Amino acid sequence: MLVDSPPEPRAETAPAPPTRRAIRAVGLLLSLVILALVALASIALGAKGLSPQQVWHGLFHDSGTYADVVVGDRVSRTVLGLLAGAALGLSGAVLQALTRNPLADPGLLGINAGASAAVVTALTYFGVTSLSGYVWFAFLGAAAVGALVWFLGGSRGATPVRLALAGTAISAALYGYLQAVMVMDDAALGTMRFWTVGSLASATDATIRQVLPFLLAGTALALGLARPLNAMVMGDDTARALGTNLHRTRALSMAAATVLCGAATAACGPIVFVGLMVPHVVRSFTGPDLRWILPYAAVLAPVLLLGSDILGRLVARPAELQVGIVTAVIGGPVFIFLVRRRRTAQL
Amino acid sequence: MKNTRTLRTPGGLSVRLDVRAFTVVVLLLAAALAASVVLIGTGDFPIPAGDVLRTLLGGGNPGQEFIVTELRLPRVLVGLLVGASLGLGGALFQSISRNPLGSPDVLGLGQGSTAGALVVIVLFSGSATQVALGALAGGLATGLAIHLLAWKRGVHGYRLVLVGIGVCAVATAVDGYLLTKADLVDAARAVVWMTGSLNGRDWDQVWPLLALCAVLVPLVLGQGRGLRMTEMGDDVAYALGVRVERVRLLLMVSAVLLTAGATAAAGPVGFVALTAPQLARRLTRSPGPNLVASMAMGATLLIVADWASQRVFGADQLPVGVVTGVLGGLYLLWLLVTERRAGRI
Repeated sequence: MLVDSPPEPRAETAPAPPTRRAIRAVGLLLSLVILALVALASIALGAKGLSPQQVWHGLFHDSGTYADVVVGDRVSRTVLGLLAGAALGLSGAVLQALTRNPLADPGLLGINAGASAAVVTALTYFGVTSLSGYVWFAFLGAAAVGALVWFLGGSRGATPVRLALAGTAISAALYGYLQAVMVMDDAALGTMRFWTVGSLASATDATIRQVLPFLLAGTALALGLARPLNAMVMGDDTARALGTNLHRTRALSMAAATVLCGAATAACGPIVFVGLMVPHVVRSFTGPDLRWILPYAAVLAPVLLLGSDILGRLVARPAELQVGIVTAVIGGPVFIFLVRRRRTAQL
Repeated sequence: MKNTRTLRTPGGLSVRLDVRAFTVVVLLLAAALAASVVLIGTGDFPIPAGDVLRTLLGGGNPGQEFIVTELRLPRVLVGLLVGASLGLGGALFQSISRNPLGSPDVLGLGQGSTAGALVVIVLFSGSATQVALGALAGGLATGLAIHLLAWKRGVHGYRLVLVGIGVCAVATAVDGYLLTKADLVDAARAVVWMTGSLNGRDWDQVWPLLALCAVLVPLVLGQGRGLRMTEMGDDVAYALGVRVERVRLLLMVSAVLLTAGATAAAGPVGFVALTAPQLARRLTRSPGPNLVASMAMGATLLIVADWASQRVFGADQLPVGVVTGVLGGLYLLWLLVTERRAGRI
């Protein structure tokens, strides 16, 4: 994981012919349709199944019946799932391009550890107990660790290996701290054991409003980075020759990934593998062009996240399996499959 | 090599000795023993080092004898054995995967053992012995899973690490799930176990671990030569007459057993397996897996960390795993900064 793997061979350097571009655009529309269907399913399915009429009634003629309340609850959670999923997918794609490492994900850069450590600090030392209160702490923790990793990784001279090593080291130290607090403080343990698995269940409109501006800004930044990142993937020298400002692209990519992943983690807790898996799936049919990978990842990652959430609600009825657990249980085998399929020379 | 001497016996036997490595091992063992004596003397009822030594040699008063032999000696012995096993297991894994990050912590053996232990704690509220057995079973099952999944015409080092990371994530999710299902008392017990602690360890933990080490350590050291050859690459090792896959399988099984045994005794104490071989290598400055030096380093690290956790935070407040985790992280950061200055990464 920490080895600077050679850039993927590019099949074509010329712009895609119009027909292929049309196919990709249609594919993107199709993905949006799938996303809409999954979002509807996320509202309709769960411990209490709702009929389409009930969903319709709850969405547009809310009169406070039992089913309407259920719909309202599930809408918040679905919206959060959409936003967080898109953020995780984008940050994963950006990080994989930035570190030139197909196995990079936000956890690797210590962002999850930073958010977790900040939340446990808020719980234990600042007496913050409401979710909307520690969202800020989580976000600040993620951002602080992102910046720290950037500086320890060498800031202007950052290389993929250094960034990954710095992330691993900081995660290690922070998890030590996290466990120390959890051992000594039962109240913190009571909350943290639910927060650290990652869940959409606690979604409220207040949380969504808190993270929304960051998610939108991060998304815009990430999508704008597609072109310079495309050049970066081919190696530093080539990118410089093509006129890319390496330092600025690295700093902005790091900022975009941190903001996106930090905000998503602040709202739902650390969710692994979405950021890792989705860009791989996307790359298998878009090719290496980030101008397509990024939008596809932003659309398909929420499909995975909401799908996992629905699955978690259905398999453990009437309780539920947190989405972070479902994504790890699905993601682990997919990750191993990817590792096995890849030729050893490429690793 | 300028730092080696050859010792010859009259019968024609000879052994080549790396002077620096030998000195390092001797010094580390001395440090481990000195730290052990200090650790035995540390606690609510402090005993001066001289009295500890006298008691260990059989000359103390009955009160001291009880405290030393029944309460604190087994704890220190468990610490030494666990540290040595983790150091050796880590050195083996790092050498087999040819990656300094290929330690059992990263591969998920610790998380697998934790899953086994949590099943016993959360679902069955089992006794300490049952928890240890659960951890052992979890660790062995995880080791087997990693090996089978990474197998594809032989175990390639990098694939081993990556498969391990995948398995680790799944095991972590299982741990998280079990932790959310537990009631708070069980969860607190589970978290202490998950951190890795030497509190309350007695002779029941010493004997199985000692037996395991007595069998595996000579076996592993006997294969050390083959392991050193495989570090040069499979082809070279084949050409030199090493049966690469057999050596690797044997050593991996040993490493999994050592790690799982140590984890069953003390919980997944973090980062000893990662840092001990690296520190040992830097001290001995010799190539190869540095197996003996890693063992000595692991034992020293764990004992010193346990002493630090008791001195700094008060007796039995903070498990030793917290100290090793934080130290491990800081060590990695230091490594990062110095390697960068030296221009190696």
